[in-house]
Amino acid sequence: MSMPFYVAPEQVMKDRADYARKGIARGRSLVALVCEEGILIVAENPSSTLRKVSEIYDRIAFAGVGKYNEFDQLRIAGVRAADLKGYSFSREDVDARSLANQYAQILGQVFTHEMKPLEVEILVAEVGAEPDGDQLFHLLYDGTVLDETASSVLGGDAETVGQRLSEAVGDDPHPTLAVALTAAISALSGPERTLGAADLEVAILDRGGIRRCFRRLDDAEVSAITGEVHEP
Amino acid sequence: MHIPTFRPVDDPGPDFAALLRSQGLIPEAPTSPVSNAGPITHGTTVVAIRHTGGVVMAGDRRATSGHLISHRSIEKVFPADRWSGVAIAGAAGPAMEMVKLFQLQLEHYEKVEGVSLSLEGKANQLSGMVRNHLPAAMQGLAVVPLFAGYDTRRQVGRLFQYDITGGRYEENDYATSGSGGLHAATVIKLGFHDALDRSEALNLALRALITAADEDSATGGPDVRRNIWPVMATIDADGFTRVDDSELADRYQAVLAETPGGAL
Repeated sequence: MSMPFYVAPEQVMKDRADYARKGIARGRSLVALVCEEGILIVAENPSSTLRKVSEIYDRIAFAGVGKYNEFDQLRIAGVRAADLKGYSFSREDVDARSLANQYAQILGQVFTHEMKPLEVEILVAEVGAEPDGDQLFHLLYDGTVLDETASSVLGGDAETVGQRLSEAVGDDPHPTLAVALTAAISALSGPERTLGAADLEVAILDRGGIRRCFRRLDDAEVSAITGEVHEP
Repeated sequence: MHIPTFRPVDDPGPDFAALLRSQGLIPEAPTSPVSNAGPITHGTTVVAIRHTGGVVMAGDRRATSGHLISHRSIEKVFPADRWSGVAIAGAAGPAMEMVKLFQLQLEHYEKVEGVSLSLEGKANQLSGMVRNHLPAAMQGLAVVPLFAGYDTRRQVGRLFQYDITGGRYEENDYATSGSGGLHAATVIKLGFHDALDRSEALNLALRALITAADEDSATGGPDVRRNIWPVMATIDADGFTRVDDSELADRYQAVLAETPGGAL
């Protein structure tokens, strides 16, 4: 019987992380921003049927980048967990923090125990009554949870996009929807490209919503909102 | 509560009831008649009427246990989702549970699949739920709902009636359910015509409930003294909208004024 070669655990983890990072870097980035009207989520996504951003529960949204089938499975699992919890207890008891922790468990488990890590980065966002109550949980492929405050950028190019985003938003802690959307689009497109409404998937968790606060903005709405800023 | 995971072969898909079953959260039907345990709470009369712009649904507020009134302000008309509503008559406990499950099922489907069910699909879904409830209905926990909605594809209001076996019958003009339903249906039958608009349909529904309350002890009429009004809702191109109590108070006066001598 032949013995397998010894591979240092550090090396195994590093290889897995590199593999996951490479997979994630192949896709486009995604931006979430806290604004006056709620939490805005903008993804570069030419498809209008395969979604990167979607609704989980009344005030909770999900966004994913990387391998579509993998984050979509996570999304459905999240909807199930949230609906089951809301059914067993009450709608108020469903929160983003516990969902994020459960996602972290799954991602961490897969990262250490399975052959292949999940090539995804996901965001669990919950809108509060005030901008200070908003929560953005950014989860990495290995189960790391980042609790972010004003904005969150997911994807391979996150650092550059994040920089462009903070320059575009400036030091306004709670920009309006129009300012946030324009900033998000310019951060995603960068100096060389321009992105039109058709290349984007835009959704908002509406702060003033009564029950289900998640709402998609269609192309016409996106053009109308960004148009307002361009033509003062 | 943990995140449920499934192998592809037993994945429940967008079916919330199957998900609940997989987690052991659906209660078993009783094995002997529940009347052995004493009287249970019943909700009674609900009506739905189609009009030119959509549908109105209405239900009285009384719940009874045997010969006693157990609640004066129970609600029997609920939004199922944005474009449809469900009204219930029968054993109040299981009926409320069925409505809650139905609302969740529609929402769950919409979230998992990314699109909402067609109106026909929703009506069939409710039919399945009533059918699954049959074992409990046989033990005295019958639930007979009405379902109505605005068909956004055909742009018309549609309404559906059920029986305890899950039979689903689409009605053209109006439907009623519950112990006062017979009297309510007679009033609607006499007042219904094809060109009925929203306002006329609301008045007709109100008149039907008042008459039902007059004849049936388990149906409660508008309670002016306690300011308790029937639950009435319209479902049209703007979706499900509940009618304000103040509007109902005005309509009540209008309906009374139309019938001098109080013969409703």
